[in-house]
Amino acid sequence: MRFRVARLPTANCRLPTAYCRLSTVNSTEPLTAAWTIFVKDLRVEWRSRESLSAMCVFGILVVFLFNFSFNTGREESLRMLPGLLWIAFAFAGVLGFNRSFAAERENGCIEALALAPVDPAAIFAGKLLANLVFLGIAEAVMVFAAALWYNFSFVAALGSFSAIALLGTLGYAALGTIFGAIAANTRMREVMLPVLQFPVAFWILVLSSDASADALRGAPAVTVRGGIERVGAVSLVFTVASFLLFEYVLEE
Amino acid sequence: MRSKFPMSLHLAISLAWMVIALYLIFLYAPEEMTMGEVQRIFYIHFSLAMTALFGYFFVFIGSIGYLWRRSRAADDFAVATAEVGFVYCCGVLVTGPLWAKPVWGIWWTWDARLTSTFILWLLYIAYLMLRAYVTSPGRIESLAAVVGTLGFITSIVDYMAIRWWRTQHPQPVIGGGEGSGLEPSMWLTTFVTWGAFLCLYFYLVRLRTGIARGRRAVSLARQQLAA
Repeated sequence: MRFRVARLPTANCRLPTAYCRLSTVNSTEPLTAAWTIFVKDLRVEWRSRESLSAMCVFGILVVFLFNFSFNTGREESLRMLPGLLWIAFAFAGVLGFNRSFAAERENGCIEALALAPVDPAAIFAGKLLANLVFLGIAEAVMVFAAALWYNFSFVAALGSFSAIALLGTLGYAALGTIFGAIAANTRMREVMLPVLQFPVAFWILVLSSDASADALRGAPAVTVRGGIERVGAVSLVFTVASFLLFEYVLEE
Repeated sequence: MRSKFPMSLHLAISLAWMVIALYLIFLYAPEEMTMGEVQRIFYIHFSLAMTALFGYFFVFIGSIGYLWRRSRAADDFAVATAEVGFVYCCGVLVTGPLWAKPVWGIWWTWDARLTSTFILWLLYIAYLMLRAYVTSPGRIESLAAVVGTLGFITSIVDYMAIRWWRTQHPQPVIGGGEGSGLEPSMWLTTFVTWGAFLCLYFYLVRLRTGIARGRRAVSLARQQLAA
């Protein structure tokens, strides 16, 4: 059921449209609400292209700088590649998560979201999905850059590497979404988010880069599967916990 | 959380217990065979580490208490235990390298247990820093409680992940396989020292909880005065 919403006479229509949609979706179906927020975030990003381009450029810079800070041979740099990629993912992610809720706060949209008659978990899901998509795109760009500059082919291990990246990124983005929402309430949120995010997400990053290393060097299938399972388990724990705790972050 | 037990008596017991612990550590406990005198730092290191670990569990208890019942007292307890726990955790990170240097020959290694203690220290910092940086005063409690809960989940994940990691820490020395384990007199010293540190911990937590309660009362009185 779609409602036509009169546009408010402001130059910047992003917030009102999203807000009005939410409150007119009478059936507060969580999936609908989550989808609405997800689509809204994509649309905002499509119009501004702020967050995603920052993440991609920053990620590429990290991959590029690493090559020169460890001036090593090809063998060595290939050994470091998985860890390097995950550090680049982590930094780029933090950049994106910071924007995710800060934008809502600047526009005063966060109050509207908190007031909207929807399950907070649905709001979290929409935000998480958007963050996941943005970070996923940025990761693809970074992997492509790494493959190009380090002359490394990901094709052989693409399946298992993608699985690890997806699972690890899910947990990482879930934490980033909830911590981004928390950090939006603080002074110096650019500092606060990494301070909150990195200690908690530590094992996701370590296990993911470990599993990626196994997958990329062509370890036996059993080892690779074990690694994927560990990443999945830890990610799942944090994703579920973030889902459950998010409602306490949103309340005013 | 307000206990009837007098604070001065609690302090006296803590200090007396600490003196007994010091006696046991330096005069009673036998010298360790391979590590020598240096090993005596173990009693303090272990007590600090265990208490710091329990400290984050208490942060979790306080956080859940706040989220569930909106109990201000639970939040006061959480912040108190976090601050004291952080001091203890700093103690762990100081005594650890002091012990490691003569025994292992290095100050620090990224072994699993050291890493997880370091993460615990970072989790304490994250929790305390968040409380200091939240802009709207009414939101501190619930945001801190969320961070405290996620931090505790991290320390549990730590515990699992350690098993997937290789470790250099002398875990098998205590409760390990055959031929490992502590002398009975060493066990006694360990537990008495831990008890002393726990007793002091709870004294400090009570003191800090009182301060938190006082601050809350002052800010409430200010608000009423302004209204």
